[in-house]
Amino acid sequence: MNNLNSIYNELIMEHSMNSYNKKKLEKADLCDIGHNPNCGDEITLEVKMNGNVIEDMAFSGHGCAISQASTSIMIDTLKGKTIEEAKEIIKTFISMIKREEVNEDDLEKLEDAIAFKNVSNMPARVKCALLAWHTLDDMLL
Amino acid sequence: MNIEEIKNDFPLLKNRNITYLDSGATTQKPNQVIDAVKSFYENFNANPHRGAYSLSMEATEMYENTREKIAKFINSRQAQEIIFTKNASEALNLIAYSYGMDNVKKDDKIVLSIMEHHSNLVPWQKVSKITGAKLEYMYINDNYEISDEEIEKKITDNTRIVAITHVSNVLGTINDVKKIIKYAHRKGAVVVVDASQSIPHMKIDVQDLDCDFLVFSGHKMLAPLGIGVLYGKKEILNKMTPFLMGGDMIEYVYEQETTFAPLPNKFEAGTQNVEGVIGLGSAIDYIEKIGYDKIQEIEQEVVNYAIEELKRLDFLELYLTSNLQNHSSVISFNIKGVHPHDVASILDSEGVCVRSGNHCAQPLLRYMGIDSTCRASFYFYNNKEDVDKLIKALNKAYKMFERFLKK
Repeated sequence: MNNLNSIYNELIMEHSMNSYNKKKLEKADLCDIGHNPNCGDEITLEVKMNGNVIEDMAFSGHGCAISQASTSIMIDTLKGKTIEEAKEIIKTFISMIKREEVNEDDLEKLEDAIAFKNVSNMPARVKCALLAWHTLDDMLL
Repeated sequence: MNIEEIKNDFPLLKNRNITYLDSGATTQKPNQVIDAVKSFYENFNANPHRGAYSLSMEATEMYENTREKIAKFINSRQAQEIIFTKNASEALNLIAYSYGMDNVKKDDKIVLSIMEHHSNLVPWQKVSKITGAKLEYMYINDNYEISDEEIEKKITDNTRIVAITHVSNVLGTINDVKKIIKYAHRKGAVVVVDASQSIPHMKIDVQDLDCDFLVFSGHKMLAPLGIGVLYGKKEILNKMTPFLMGGDMIEYVYEQETTFAPLPNKFEAGTQNVEGVIGLGSAIDYIEKIGYDKIQEIEQEVVNYAIEELKRLDFLELYLTSNLQNHSSVISFNIKGVHPHDVASILDSEGVCVRSGNHCAQPLLRYMGIDSTCRASFYFYNNKEDVDKLIKALNKAYKMFERFLKK
């Protein structure tokens, strides 16, 4: 029950139901689709680069509140980061969800995405939280 | 037997404090089935058809007696028409490969319904791709049923195979398969019936239906996981080539050539899931002890109550036919604007187990214009209290999302 309230909280609900990141970019450099075939969740991520820096990002598609909010919050966290920084933060997020050891300094860099910490206690929903992060990780070479 | 006595037979329902509404995925197992499997290993375990010693003979007898029992249970003419598989999917693959590949050609038609489970759809896509036969679908109308006009429009003179589910695992719609079979036979087509969602709830009589093939899985009707059944008319099965090759399905094996065993062994390569077969036999005993009439009586009362109560929740969207006599024990629904996985997680926090997702029926959901649904499916061990818990949990889920929903 505590898990549930900590997951379906104000921040996540707002991001999932009314995200300002859910839109199309005018000009995207990278675009890819992330898909969970078992549950049907599907998101399209668009990334606009400025040299080595993620200048802008947006998403579209459909899925549960956890996958939608996780995508939107990921965009907030990673916008303005270099590819290397973004890759490090993605690694931290995945480790956090998979309950691996993560140090406090790294956790802080997740910013709002730390709100998904308790998803690690809901095994059925782990893949929802990770969908966007894995998709972006594959897009950023 | 009353409902409390029935519930007492199911140890999981006593050991776990849950409201189990996912019997369409798999049913819980009664003590009788669990004990039969245990007793097999404690007293009879040997490899059937292999040994000349009495233990192996007894195992063979139990295995073959269950085949007889299943033949009687679905009113097949003879036990040879019953083939054991690992599940309904394997049975359907067997039909697709051993019958489909050899009996359809370019420009023939294979007709399915749009409500097929992927297991009765993807194998036919494969047959279609390899043979060049066309794959066509009978679509549902606004009432989630297949109309007579649709049946007659799609099943035509060049249709060789019609593969259709008896009951939809998403909509609960009961298809009038007897009528479809009759019509398809007039057009010269062979009919495959997927009874996975019907046989747990209603009497199946393969002679009355006159289906050419019928498949079901044991685990949706109280039996262990990993055992399925293929029924086929003997004259058709006899003409088919084997599906899987190996031990026990042969007659003579030479270095370059093999002749095959007669039915049913021809289609049962390798050591079989004997515990599954024994468990399935015991599950049939259990169902017959209660009786389909009683099963239907219990289920109808609970399912009708569930439909009434769900209809009162105006935040819900229900996907079921208004002809309740054509509806089985599966109810799909969504909280408008909320993803079913979120709903299922919140229901889970209240101990209510429902399935969420596309239910292995992506073409159906795409046709309906939705991505996924929540699905509550009932069996005779469910009661009205289970429905009340579902309703309470749904109200909670809606409350959590209510103020974030776009009006």
